[in-house]
Amino acid sequence: MAEYDPDHAAEHHHEIHSHVPSEPALRVKALESLLVEKGLVDSSAVDAWIELYRDEVGPKVGARVVARAWNDAAYKAHLLTDGTAAIKELGIEGWAVGHLKVVENTAELHNMVVCTLCSCYPHAVLGIQPSWYKKEAYRSRAVREPRAVLAEFGVQLPENVAVKIWDSTAELRYLVLPQRPKAPRDGRTSIFRSLSRATA
Amino acid sequence: MDGIHDVGGKQGFGRVKPTTDEPPFEHDWERRLFGIVRALTRPSDWNADKFRFTREQLPPVEYLTQPYFDQWYRSYAAMLLGSRLVTASELGSGHSMQAGSQLGKPMSAADVATARQTTQRYDREYRGEPRFADGDRVRASLNGRPGHTRLPQYVRGHVGVVVAVHGAHVIPDESAKGRPIAEPLYTVGFELAELYPQQTNSGDKVHLDLWERYLEPID
Repeated sequence: MAEYDPDHAAEHHHEIHSHVPSEPALRVKALESLLVEKGLVDSSAVDAWIELYRDEVGPKVGARVVARAWNDAAYKAHLLTDGTAAIKELGIEGWAVGHLKVVENTAELHNMVVCTLCSCYPHAVLGIQPSWYKKEAYRSRAVREPRAVLAEFGVQLPENVAVKIWDSTAELRYLVLPQRPKAPRDGRTSIFRSLSRATA
Repeated sequence: MDGIHDVGGKQGFGRVKPTTDEPPFEHDWERRLFGIVRALTRPSDWNADKFRFTREQLPPVEYLTQPYFDQWYRSYAAMLLGSRLVTASELGSGHSMQAGSQLGKPMSAADVATARQTTQRYDREYRGEPRFADGDRVRASLNGRPGHTRLPQYVRGHVGVVVAVHGAHVIPDESAKGRPIAEPLYTVGFELAELYPQQTNSGDKVHLDLWERYLEPID
């Protein structure tokens, strides 16, 4: 049984501290070798997960969803009603998207997503979290001074735009649908150049 | 648990350091640890709530200073110890000193294609009626809870409005103890100006997903 008792958890944390190698790389090497010997891990599966998150699963998956919504009004409506079902239509399923809620930025509303309690994130559609999302500065300040945080991302909102911050306290996961940028005058520049998790 | 992890609204952490096009992992050991965790055969009683609770019990200094993926290492190592799948000496040496647990064959590389598409859901059948409805004003419970909970300190005692009713979801307070109980879940909106009177921008809101037991009606 996994331990629930906080006193035992504290003991385990202390035991780990006093027994394992001091370098993270050595700790992880020891862990993999041990778990393979125990029959709990197959190293080729470890390789497969690493390759998956290197080559396939990342923000580009979310960009595909955004692109579809920008170009297809019916899809956008479906996405805003049932995010999980809509992304499944594009073949996107898996980690942390069972209860996906897509929230739309408009001329009057700017959405931000945070997990103040840890770092919950819709992995299957956005990959591994950026470092700033996991750190205490963002997690603590997004729900207290969102506009100051946005300014640190270079986003200045007009006074008439309201901010809505979604704190992922349960298993609902949030994806911001940014406003579609106006078409550039030359007509050739990709609109996706400006699409980023940091400024959406 | 009113632990160090509950940082919403706390001050003193400095500026956010935005990045663009950041690779998912900085060091090789991080991506290796990530892959190990995803490939690991888990005992059937493990769940995300137990993991989160285990991480929350890292000594505060470690929680605030150790790299994120090293906290994963420490938390999974603690869970492996708690489940008696490994000993601390084995974690140190990297070698097994006793027979491994019989949990079946581990995930293979071919299995990853299926595993990556497996979508977990947390909604469950519920026999009762939800206590609150869309538009209801509610007060977040003033009291914290021992153990694992998902009611952050920064909204406790504050009044919000129910903006969505989600049906019953597995509640982490119970799930972390091994009890898969489901209870009505709501999205509740709080005015930023009500949480932080120094905030003068009216109209800004914070939405949280809160379980029924975290909420009280406004008479």
